[in-house]
Amino acid sequence: MATINELRERIHAESSEEIVHEYLEKIAESKLNAFITVSGESALARARKIDSEGHEGPLAGIPIAIKDNISTKGIRTTCASKILTGYIPPYDAHVIERLKEAGAIIIGKANMDEFAMGTSTETSFYGATKNPWDIERVPGGSSGGSAAAVAGDDVPLALGSDTGGSVRCPASFCGVVGLKPTYGVISRYGLIAYANSLEQIGPFATSVRDVATLFDVIAGYDARDSTSVKRDVNYSSAMKNDVRGLKIGVPEEYFGEGTDEKVEKAVRDAIHKLEDLGASLKDVKMPHTKYALASYYIIAMSEASSNLARFDGMRYGLRVEDSDWHTTFSQVRAAGFGDEVKRRILLGTYALSAGYHDKYYLKALKVRTLIKQDFERAFKNVDVLITPTMPYPAFRLGEKIGDPLSLYLADVDTVPINLAGVPSISVPCGFSEGLPIGMQIIGKHFDEATILRTAYTFEENTDFHIKQPEGV
Amino acid sequence: MFDEPNKTNPPFSKGSSKYENPDGVKIGLEVHVQLNKLKTKVFCGCTTDYHNDPPNSHVCPVCLGLPGALPVINKKAVEAAIKVGLALNCKVEEHTQFYRKNYYYPDLPKGFQITQYDFPISSQGYVMIEGEDGEHRIGITRAHMEEDPGRLVHEGTIDKSKYTLIDYNRSGMALLEVVSDPDMRSPKEARRYLDKLRNILEYLDVFDGNLEGALRVDANISIMGGQRAEIKNISSHKGAERALLYEIVRQKNVLRRGGVVVLETRHFDEAREITLSMRSKEEAHDYRYFPEPDLVPLKISGWAPAIKETLPELPDARRMRFVEQYGIADDHAKALTSELKLAVFYEEVAKKADPKMAAVWICDVLKGELNYRDLTIDAFRKEHMLSVIELLASKKITEDGAVDIIRTLLDKGGSPEEIVAQKGLVVVEGDIVSTAAEEAIKENPQAVADYKAGKEKALNSLVGAVMKKTKGRADARAAREVLLGKLG
Ligand SMILES: [Zn+2]
Repeated sequence: MATINELRERIHAESSEEIVHEYLEKIAESKLNAFITVSGESALARARKIDSEGHEGPLAGIPIAIKDNISTKGIRTTCASKILTGYIPPYDAHVIERLKEAGAIIIGKANMDEFAMGTSTETSFYGATKNPWDIERVPGGSSGGSAAAVAGDDVPLALGSDTGGSVRCPASFCGVVGLKPTYGVISRYGLIAYANSLEQIGPFATSVRDVATLFDVIAGYDARDSTSVKRDVNYSSAMKNDVRGLKIGVPEEYFGEGTDEKVEKAVRDAIHKLEDLGASLKDVKMPHTKYALASYYIIAMSEASSNLARFDGMRYGLRVEDSDWHTTFSQVRAAGFGDEVKRRILLGTYALSAGYHDKYYLKALKVRTLIKQDFERAFKNVDVLITPTMPYPAFRLGEKIGDPLSLYLADVDTVPINLAGVPSISVPCGFSEGLPIGMQIIGKHFDEATILRTAYTFEENTDFHIKQPEGV
Repeated sequence: MFDEPNKTNPPFSKGSSKYENPDGVKIGLEVHVQLNKLKTKVFCGCTTDYHNDPPNSHVCPVCLGLPGALPVINKKAVEAAIKVGLALNCKVEEHTQFYRKNYYYPDLPKGFQITQYDFPISSQGYVMIEGEDGEHRIGITRAHMEEDPGRLVHEGTIDKSKYTLIDYNRSGMALLEVVSDPDMRSPKEARRYLDKLRNILEYLDVFDGNLEGALRVDANISIMGGQRAEIKNISSHKGAERALLYEIVRQKNVLRRGGVVVLETRHFDEAREITLSMRSKEEAHDYRYFPEPDLVPLKISGWAPAIKETLPELPDARRMRFVEQYGIADDHAKALTSELKLAVFYEEVAKKADPKMAAVWICDVLKGELNYRDLTIDAFRKEHMLSVIELLASKKITEDGAVDIIRTLLDKGGSPEEIVAQKGLVVVEGDIVSTAAEEAIKENPQAVADYKAGKEKALNSLVGAVMKKTKGRADARAAREVLLGKLG
């Protein structure tokens, strides 16, 4: 495992080409199935170019994996779905433009749940990704490929996307750091939408500092995304080992039924550690938490049912033998989408239908407002909220995939954050039988600096992040 | 034909009798107006100037609906929409929001259309038209923004074509859907409403009605308080009138046979001029509207006052001003302002020539000659109109000569002066008229006798004889006076 600073030194001493080559070899030998596409040739070519011409960017010559729902010009982008077979975007997502400007080298496209719909990366058309801590277990999802690749040292950095926990869940299961920024901080231009009103692109790394550096590169206003906001912050400057005076809220609603005892203990221990370091604790009430999952899934599925309507085989992607367009559309979609995607499209279509719209979709929006208010009230008295990221550590491959409802329930601690649009980071805070446990630090809107500082201080004073999976 | 205008009707003359509407016709129109004078499409930077370019040459990730692309509202399109709203006397809302209308169709690259639902940009307006019984008010329910889909192209006819081609150049063009209240009582009123709407849009400089797909109409019509039929796919004003006329007859026939008119969507077959029922399967749409998450609600409360300042003079106002400023007949003012280009043409001529004469000649002669040739005012130069009027005013040519010049200009070109010279249209001098009159009197003793016996009409045949002798180059009125003088 190497940090950005270590890699920069090595690139300086050796070359970017050598580093990229080394990682490409690791990926080739990896058992994790973390990548759908490896763009080795273009990565090496770019590394050579940076070696010969030099580059002043903060990520110059450093390889990065990109979740396969982020558009990359000239590199196929599949969303882990059969329906996008053969689709090569003619344009770069905003974050990809930013990464290229910063000198980063896109080494490949990371595996994920099909269209980001899942909590285990098992719904990928390209096969499940495996957890580097135990290859019998899931890496979490939906950005499982990104998290596993970083945890398994297939790559030092990765981007994921987080609609209801899809960065934080795999960060927690794989023992790495993952950030879900405030809604609007990172342009979604080029991110293939699952649920537009909820999702953000987020960085993965093995340390808080590297997450902050990557975040600095990809954050910022983009006129092509109407929900993008203008903010000028340097997140790397938040790297201060100091939580004195920090007010931490601990919402008991997040430690409820279904939370693994060891997870609860690890998170409470972590909170006390921060208290020892000078923070103070406060009880906060978040009474609408129990409605978050229902609200989240209705909104996400409703938006998804519309977002995924464009995949009809007419202009790109999977094509079936031509018939009249009605038949062709349904055949393409029947053949191209996996079961979980079909399930969510159907449920979302239902929730938006005449006669059900008010009962489900509108009600879900009202609940969303109540949940937002829960956060607003809580943040009047505290600076951050701390909860478990996931109620339990990584489960076994195949354990839950046949039971969609229990998989949905796994998102209980992460979805309220997306409904409220606030930022949240998952950092390693313990282990349970050799499997990592993640702690979730939630901040006020646009106050990533405080959660990054809290996470950094915790990291500086503990060593959970140093432990690596065996055989890596 | 050449009478001086002396009757100045007030605008919107009230009809003497109230229109009875014997069939209880109620018509409401949904008009899709392409804001094709904007430089770029409604949610992306692609040009709107694609009409002469190859298919799919003006497209981008946004208007092709590629995965990951996001719409960004074109502020100019919002301004244009507000402008139209204000011109239609609408209330412009405090904030406006976009929605997704979900349905599948090959011309719709995202599988949904971005449109408006709750919170349309403007609503509750009206326009005045010349109705069956004079001034008639047509309510505007709402005017909302949406994006145009692509265009389906078939080799040959839609039935026989083996495949469909899709041109996405049109995809993402800004549309304004203007929905009227069911206030029209006849197909004629519907057509007048469309004419008026188009006229207002052209005055606002947001719309060029001559481009393909610029204006499309769906019509709702019911009779005798029955259910309404929605007629889709009407692409011209004439088509709207024909479709509605057909539909009234059809609905009356249904009632006459003891049947009931059912609520349904019908398709207008432009070639056969009939409406056909569309399959119920196709109309059983549930569009699942919900707010477009990629576009934030737009606060436009502050926009309207500034835009109002920039509103140009609209047709009704200009019509009244023409009557007042130039002293022309209201009928003439109405005709002149019914088309922006015509109004501009008139005003430029009227500034340099006798405005009343200009109105008469443009409305009563030039317009007719243009219509006869299926030409627009663009086909005639205002300098030529000025020359013709000057020649007439200085009595250098006769009215017949002026008509001849206008026709020749339209058919063969040239300049009025050249045509006068070539055709020898200069009015003949008094001596020649005098000689011709003397000859006419000598050669037509019977007419002279009749005239002297009190038959005033006999003078006309003498005038005719003078005109014949001068080959039409004499001024008829002058010839008449000369004859009267000589006959004592
Ligand atoms: Zn475009």
